[in-house]
Amino acid sequence: MSIDVRDTQTEVHLEAAAEKAASRRGFLLALPSWLYLILFFAVPLVIVFVYSFASRSSTGLTRLERWNLESYRRLFDSLVAEIAFRSLVLAIATTVICLIVSYPFAYYIATRRPLVRNVLLVLVMIPFWSNFLVRTYAWRVILGTDGPVSQLSQAFGGEPIRLLFTVPAVLIGLVYGFLPFMVLPLYAALERMDWSLVEAARDLYADGWTAFRKVTWPLSRPGVVAGSILVFIPALGAYVTPAILGGAKTTLLGDYIVSQFLAARNQPFGSALSMAVMAVMLAAVIVYFRSGARNL
Amino acid sequence: MSIASGLRPKSPTERLLAGNSWLVFAFFYAPIVLLIFFSFNDNNNVGIWTEPSLRWYGEMFRNDEVMRALRNSLVIAAISTVVSTILGTATALALERFRFRGQRVYDGLVYLPIIIPDVTMAVMMLLFFAQSFRLMEGLFGFAPEFGVGTISLSHIAFNISFVAVVVRARLGQLDPSLEEAAADLYADRWQTFRRVTLPLILPGVAGGALLALTLSLDDVVVTSFVSGPGATTLPVYVFGLVRRGVTPLINAVSTVMLVASMLLVGASLVLQRNPKSNDSE
Repeated sequence: MSIDVRDTQTEVHLEAAAEKAASRRGFLLALPSWLYLILFFAVPLVIVFVYSFASRSSTGLTRLERWNLESYRRLFDSLVAEIAFRSLVLAIATTVICLIVSYPFAYYIATRRPLVRNVLLVLVMIPFWSNFLVRTYAWRVILGTDGPVSQLSQAFGGEPIRLLFTVPAVLIGLVYGFLPFMVLPLYAALERMDWSLVEAARDLYADGWTAFRKVTWPLSRPGVVAGSILVFIPALGAYVTPAILGGAKTTLLGDYIVSQFLAARNQPFGSALSMAVMAVMLAAVIVYFRSGARNL
Repeated sequence: MSIASGLRPKSPTERLLAGNSWLVFAFFYAPIVLLIFFSFNDNNNVGIWTEPSLRWYGEMFRNDEVMRALRNSLVIAAISTVVSTILGTATALALERFRFRGQRVYDGLVYLPIIIPDVTMAVMMLLFFAQSFRLMEGLFGFAPEFGVGTISLSHIAFNISFVAVVVRARLGQLDPSLEEAAADLYADRWQTFRRVTLPLILPGVAGGALLALTLSLDDVVVTSFVSGPGATTLPVYVFGLVRRGVTPLINAVSTVMLVASMLLVGASLVLQRNPKSNDSE
């Protein structure tokens, strides 16, 4: 056995071969899902992209022969602009309300004793995992004409309140639906924060507010960004909430896109809308990664 | 361990924080509790309480459409969970443990289904199946129908990514020297995987599977686009009912769905109680 005689040449070869084999194994391991995602995700995405340049015949069929930008031009129509603006405002409002409500809430949970903290966290997880449709439906019961809100108002001699099918109803539904998405990343950021830094600030005679503004808030910013993106993205594309709690005057991008496929039968325009919404989301996600919040 | 030192107990700030928290919890739970409460109401009208009864639960079990939709939901959830858990775990292993050509593109592709809005995904699947069925019609003279098959394929498409992300997070926390040690002790690759890697990532795999199960059982948007006339799932069926109005029957079905979700939360929490995962956090 000539262990001492090290043939570096062979060693290099062996290493390269081993590396190549490992690379092949990794590729083979990924291959089935790779193929699956190409066939059932990438190809569909390309189809939507192609459809967005197609035209619609008078009978509602999609014609792929003559490519054009008509569907994209329609994105700037006043009706579409109005719907897009409403969606954007509602998504931003949802994000801001969720942030204002969740921050002190997450702060409170993160500063409890570990046992209490875990119990409270479980209580947040339950609605987080509960069926979204059912949770939204509950608000339809609450806000309806014979629901508890209206009954309460009538019991005190007031008018029956009709919140259902209005913009505030949709906003309540969106906040209720996406609040856990804000709470959890904020909690994660606050919980792993180094609290001795806050103590240090207090030792240096910072008052509570200054310590919060100069230490806690900057340290929790990754959680703020992550939570905001996680709320903003689904709120912008929301379909179930406006469909259940909204009315004809509260159309948002999500249900507008759906109507292009089910009612209006204008697939090219619906495709262009989908691509536009996706572009906004991707922009938001890029902001998210740029902000260095990806570790959450 | 760390209690905010800036806050002395019972300071006004502390009281405000506590008050806000109880309000948020009330906001979270009041609608759910109300929904469950009214599902036991013996009245055709949802908002008016008459007397407790299980009438609507009986009605639910006698309703053929609800039962068919429930069966479809369970079949689809089972298929998509099993397939996406296997594919997602393989993906996570490939991305975390190996370097191979095309990896970065693949990495991006895996994250896209998570980021993409529901509605866009729904549109994609609808146009894809419509287009490929038209193609099959032309080539073979027949085409499959929208239904359990198309729904399952679509659910797998978004679930692979969620499983992959969850399992990958678990793999990332793992000490690679454990696997190296097994290899040093002459375990072959398969033995190393079976005896070392798999048991260690199992909580992650189970967590990913539960997430896939929940997402599949909850999905409305994508499913409603790719379901056929005869085959729909429970959430899509309920969604159709809800759009027409509020009935106590929906309350009963909703309660069942809520209880199912809560059982899943319980299961996932039990899985996460692995002492190892607590240490590493």
